[in-house]
Amino acid sequence: MSIEDLMGAVSTLEGALGKAFLAERVVMRGQDLHHELGKKDWLSVFMYAITGKEFTENQIRYLNFMWVATSYPDAAIWPNQVTALAATARSTPSLSLVAGLAVSEARLYGRKPDRRAMDFFYRAAKKIDEGEALEQVIEAEVAQRKVVFGYGRPLVRLDERVAHTLNVISELGLDEGRYFKLALDVHRYLKKTRGLSLNIAAISASTMADMGLSTEEYQLFLTLVFVAGMVPCYLDAKRRKEGSFFPVTCDGIAYCGPPERVW
Amino acid sequence: MSEPFKFHSAVWYEEPESDNPFVARRCLAHGYDVYGEVIRKSSWSEYILLLFSGDKPCRQQIVLFEKLAIALANPGPREPSVRAAMNGGVGGSVDAASLIAALAVGAGQYGGSHEVFLLVKAWQRLGRDLSKWKEYLSDPNQGYQEDVWSPIEHPPGFDPHGVSCPTPVQQSLSLLGDLMPESNLGWLRQNRENLEHMTGFPLAMTAVAAAAFSDLGLSGSQSIMMYLMLRLPGAAVHALEQENLGWKKFPAYGPAIHLSDDPGAFPMPDISRFEL
Repeated sequence: MSIEDLMGAVSTLEGALGKAFLAERVVMRGQDLHHELGKKDWLSVFMYAITGKEFTENQIRYLNFMWVATSYPDAAIWPNQVTALAATARSTPSLSLVAGLAVSEARLYGRKPDRRAMDFFYRAAKKIDEGEALEQVIEAEVAQRKVVFGYGRPLVRLDERVAHTLNVISELGLDEGRYFKLALDVHRYLKKTRGLSLNIAAISASTMADMGLSTEEYQLFLTLVFVAGMVPCYLDAKRRKEGSFFPVTCDGIAYCGPPERVW
Repeated sequence: MSEPFKFHSAVWYEEPESDNPFVARRCLAHGYDVYGEVIRKSSWSEYILLLFSGDKPCRQQIVLFEKLAIALANPGPREPSVRAAMNGGVGGSVDAASLIAALAVGAGQYGGSHEVFLLVKAWQRLGRDLSKWKEYLSDPNQGYQEDVWSPIEHPPGFDPHGVSCPTPVQQSLSLLGDLMPESNLGWLRQNRENLEHMTGFPLAMTAVAAAAFSDLGLSGSQSIMMYLMLRLPGAAVHALEQENLGWKKFPAYGPAIHLSDDPGAFPMPDISRFEL
């Protein structure tokens, strides 16, 4: 970007996706927030904000279910525990929730595997379109990346969300999409060859791919997905004595560093 | 049942007070008695480097760290992470939120800690091999896999909007290179113009920071943490400053924002019955 271009951007932002004409009106992606979007439910507006697209009633019901189904009010879950720790330390409600949400962008769970699972389905479908067999695509993925995101061993990956989610997808008629079918095909192959089973990440990513979301749009949708489960964790820690959420004794630190030494 | 609830640490050991198992009588950091000995004999910089590396730093490392800390402490109120903190300050957000805003924005890949991370990882892979650096900088997203971090949009360590290397960057690199001549910093100082010519962009402070962190032996993730922490003082003072100055002196960008897709005004609902 040239200095001239930067100078031009100092005092103007053209082509913005939204604007608040304060005391008058608000526009989001070409629609009046109060007159047009105000008639919709919040989730539909959220999806419109992310994608600029409108979704069917059944799709929105499914998206709503995804949020409900991940609202685990259990303080043992790491992001929730962050919220509970903030509460026991008597931080503020907003900081408590924001801290929990921030750590949800994790490598072992949450946003990173979510994105990679969706990315796999897009790459796999492209290769299939180019003439590769599904088996070839999966084997190449395993050879190159060691894992296929969204698939794991059923015994350690048992997830109660799977059955409920599959049921909802069927009930809402969302089980005919290309990527969801691909997810099941990948499951069948990995089950047969490696004893691996699809998990909730594969189901969610593939169905969201069927709705046409990009990986970034998918992450934006998921960012707040744990928040309802965090609230009870906050309240639970808040109603107890301060500092009493799983306190740790000095002996609770198992030290494995160098022995005592002189500075 | 207490065994499953232990935290394992090679950094920190605590000995409890005799009357309270929840309070430490002595704390050891990597084996050194923090409140009995370190606090009396060590500087803050020495202690921080000990915490990160596990070993007492040498004099050269301490001085390098302290000078780097000054170079990074305040990027100034134009820099995005500091501006984010100022948005917190001017609106009277809780103070921690201003720092959280600075951390989130300062974590990015345009002048932020993830750019530093990419560079420290590159130092580990490429060392001081100029041809390998040129190859990397010409295609920094080679081997990129889907991630919460997008592909970087410029050669890491260089300013995509720059014209020439800013004087503070040159001054910092020059001083830090002097402190540790046989180092990555020294090599970067020697090859700066060559690399700038190759990328077409001037060197940025992220490159200086990354070279210094790699000279200090920090990992990529350690460098992220250190970079974020070292830049917080500027975010803090400018957030507090804006809170004191008040919102009337803060830029209001509203009139500068223009839509390309505007449905136009709708009539306001009739609320005359409420007699407001």
